[in-house]
Amino acid sequence: MEIVRSHVHRDTSTNDAVIALPLYRSAPPLEVRLEDFELYAMDRLRVLKGISDGLSRGKKPEEMDQLVYNLWKTHMRSQQASEVENKDIISHFVLRLVYCRTEDLRKWFLSMETSLFRYRFRRENAEAQRAIMAEFDLPYKVVSLVEFESVKDKLEQVARSIGQSLRDNDTIFYKVPFEEVPELVAGRKVFISQGYAYVGMNQVVSLVATLFRSQLSKTLILTNRKWTSTIREQEKHRLTPIVEALCLSYLGPDYSQPREYAQISLKDIDQVAKSSFPLCMRHLFEKLREDHHLKHGGRMQLGLFLKGVGLNLDDALAFWRQEFSHKVGLERFEKEYAYSIRHNYGKEGKRTDYSPYSCQKVISSTPGVGDHHGCPYRHFSEENLRAALNRMGVNGRAIEDVMDKVRNRHYQLACTLTFEAIHGKQCDAGINHPNQYFSDSQKILKPKAQDPPNAS
Amino acid sequence: MTKEELQNETDDMLIDGYGPEALGQKQKSHVPSEFNPDHLKVFYGKLFPYADFFRWLSYGNDGKHPGCDPSYISRREFSFSLDNDIFLRFQSFHSAAELENSIKEKCPFKIDIGPVYSVEPTKRHAYAHSGDNVFAPVERELIFDIDMTDYDDVRYCCTGADICLNCWPLMTIAIKVIDTALRDDFGFKHILWVYSGRRGVHCWVCDGKARRLTNEQRAAVADYFRVYKGNENSHKKVSLTGHALHPFLVRAYTEVLREFFEKGLLISQTLLSTEERYEMILELIPDAAIASELRGRWQDNGRSSSAKEDINVVRWEQLKHLVSKNKGPGLRRCVEEIVFSFTYPRLDMEVSKHMNHLLKAPFCVHPKTGRICVPIDPNHCEQFDPTAVPTLSQLLEELNERGPNDDLDDEWTGTSLEGAVSYFRTSFLQPLLKACKEGIESSYNAKLQQSKNSFSW
Repeated sequence: MEIVRSHVHRDTSTNDAVIALPLYRSAPPLEVRLEDFELYAMDRLRVLKGISDGLSRGKKPEEMDQLVYNLWKTHMRSQQASEVENKDIISHFVLRLVYCRTEDLRKWFLSMETSLFRYRFRRENAEAQRAIMAEFDLPYKVVSLVEFESVKDKLEQVARSIGQSLRDNDTIFYKVPFEEVPELVAGRKVFISQGYAYVGMNQVVSLVATLFRSQLSKTLILTNRKWTSTIREQEKHRLTPIVEALCLSYLGPDYSQPREYAQISLKDIDQVAKSSFPLCMRHLFEKLREDHHLKHGGRMQLGLFLKGVGLNLDDALAFWRQEFSHKVGLERFEKEYAYSIRHNYGKEGKRTDYSPYSCQKVISSTPGVGDHHGCPYRHFSEENLRAALNRMGVNGRAIEDVMDKVRNRHYQLACTLTFEAIHGKQCDAGINHPNQYFSDSQKILKPKAQDPPNAS
Repeated sequence: MTKEELQNETDDMLIDGYGPEALGQKQKSHVPSEFNPDHLKVFYGKLFPYADFFRWLSYGNDGKHPGCDPSYISRREFSFSLDNDIFLRFQSFHSAAELENSIKEKCPFKIDIGPVYSVEPTKRHAYAHSGDNVFAPVERELIFDIDMTDYDDVRYCCTGADICLNCWPLMTIAIKVIDTALRDDFGFKHILWVYSGRRGVHCWVCDGKARRLTNEQRAAVADYFRVYKGNENSHKKVSLTGHALHPFLVRAYTEVLREFFEKGLLISQTLLSTEERYEMILELIPDAAIASELRGRWQDNGRSSSAKEDINVVRWEQLKHLVSKNKGPGLRRCVEEIVFSFTYPRLDMEVSKHMNHLLKAPFCVHPKTGRICVPIDPNHCEQFDPTAVPTLSQLLEELNERGPNDDLDDEWTGTSLEGAVSYFRTSFLQPLLKACKEGIESSYNAKLQQSKNSFSW
């Protein structure tokens, strides 16, 4: 980690100034307590998930800026400046281990960390920003005030031509050889003169963020290799279980403790499935009724969901037995399927009480042939999805909005819009968990029920 | 025989009756007018400027300075198009003499210049396509190709391969717009414009910086210049949205395009005189009401004011006036869009974007017209007359008349080619080579310094 004479953070412990925004280029030679290893990572994860949430809600840049600031303040601040920095760096490197392991994880981590970096960079002062740019070997020179005055009207013209305008705080411009910014040149988004492009602050942020992203992308691949070849095995008893659990951690209410008001009985289940199940569970439910069978993935996803919804073990056994026995017979059901249902409820084996899947988990699963689990917004063809939504009672303009979200791969937003269309009410929090969909739906349909105590 | 008369022999190829020179001149033929392979042999034997050509493409590496790279020129690809459609690619040469002998021997109908590769093109098979030891382009001039056929939808005097002095000015303004931008915006200095021999112009940007641009960077420059988009299916091919225009477009419009359109093209192509023609412009107005009002006025052929004023000018004023009165959506830039549609340079993007694109060499002879691909001086491009460019047969006539030249060098002295070579040498080559020499010396010194530093403790 480099220490560069940069700016603000008044480190009371030493006289060395520190880069407030680390570039995470090399793992720090710091000692970490095992508890901190996990805690730091979880705090950072809360920040990243908050960003993810904000982005998928389509928050505007100014709102994101505020959001990132708040998230960071809430989760990553600490009394001592040096501790803040340590936590920042350590948490990043831990999450790197967690999120390097598959393509999807890497993609998500890359996007969120880059966003985080981008918003933090914007808030740095000019000197710190220049220091960071120098770290990235960006040969940018600040345009002097004199020069700025002479080209100001041209810069204003360019800004207006791309729908922006020069404001007072945008008077910092950087001069860089045009070869360095081909995208900006191609789109005529910069003023160029004598081979130099005059890049505004917004554009600089984009460029730095792009470099940060590509640097992180390469490192993630390397980290993955190291993980699979040495670390995972080495740390089998210490870090590995923590790492593997971290990315599955969904940091909201986990619905593992069913709430009273949400209890459903077997005789209501068909009704309630139609009115309050999210599409993913409704689909599984309908297929179960139709085929009298579900493969493993589907059994897990639906089974745990039902548990979260309030179906107790006996009712669950009765439910699955009723369906499966049509196909496999009573005896086979008891032999092959009953055990795993009890297992899900924590009554067998290591007695872990499994939590129902969050949207993130559902979306990231990969249904194969004969499977019906996963997120329908992701996996259904457009035709099938439209038909399914129609059956749920979504039509007209609402369907188009949903399909638009799907096309942009905002599956949870699509589900949220579906919810809103069916219930005729806004869902401000957005759908993050199938059980949340269910409980929110029930709240609207049965308003007399009291609010449950917080289960998180 | 006068130059004018000799010109007419090739005039029937180029001018379909509109050019002033074609009127009332009889054809004379002392020398066959078509491109003649035997003449080409003489041309290559006596007139092609091998030494200057070679010096250009060596970019100073043919010197004695220790920083010179003797392998440089041998890594440049040339390709020859021979008779019978034979196409020889990946030709390369170690010396000017080798280049000269090969050209004289093969007598190519066309010579193309490709990039400088990492290794000699003739040895390319020994190298892989990927990994470390590759055969790949490492340097190539930034090039542009502007062809008159791309303007066929806005010129009525000629079509296809023909050009005349009424439509040629489209090339002139293309040169002006692009050349200014290359110098002022991109900071390039060593730019060679060449007549393509028939209906267009080529541009070679030879600065070191330009030669070392990546494909992505070339594409960026080409896209910076791109305004005309769309195809046969879209009506409006120029869309200038935004509250303001980029300074580059503003400069092009105010310094070149507007005046050329209003005082030149509008009149020479009579763009608003007939229904077929003015419909093309009315189509570009996004407000149907305005378009139909103008249509109504013009259909009646109403010539309210003096018959002296050109009808196109009158109608254009009417259009501008009506459009400016109504500030509807999409009308803000309507006038500019029309002007840009007709006059803004139309580049062939693909030529510029890839390092390995071949382009015809200057000083070739165009096989269809016999004209020499001579340089064009961008500072005086309005004076360039494509119909007066020396042809192969003309040059041979001149050689015959002049008689043998004692001075073995510069055989073109006393012929119409002299001016072209002289311009190439003094205005382009000399400043370029001076800069190259400086570049080689300074990078050599920098390397020396670096190795000295690495030895110090």
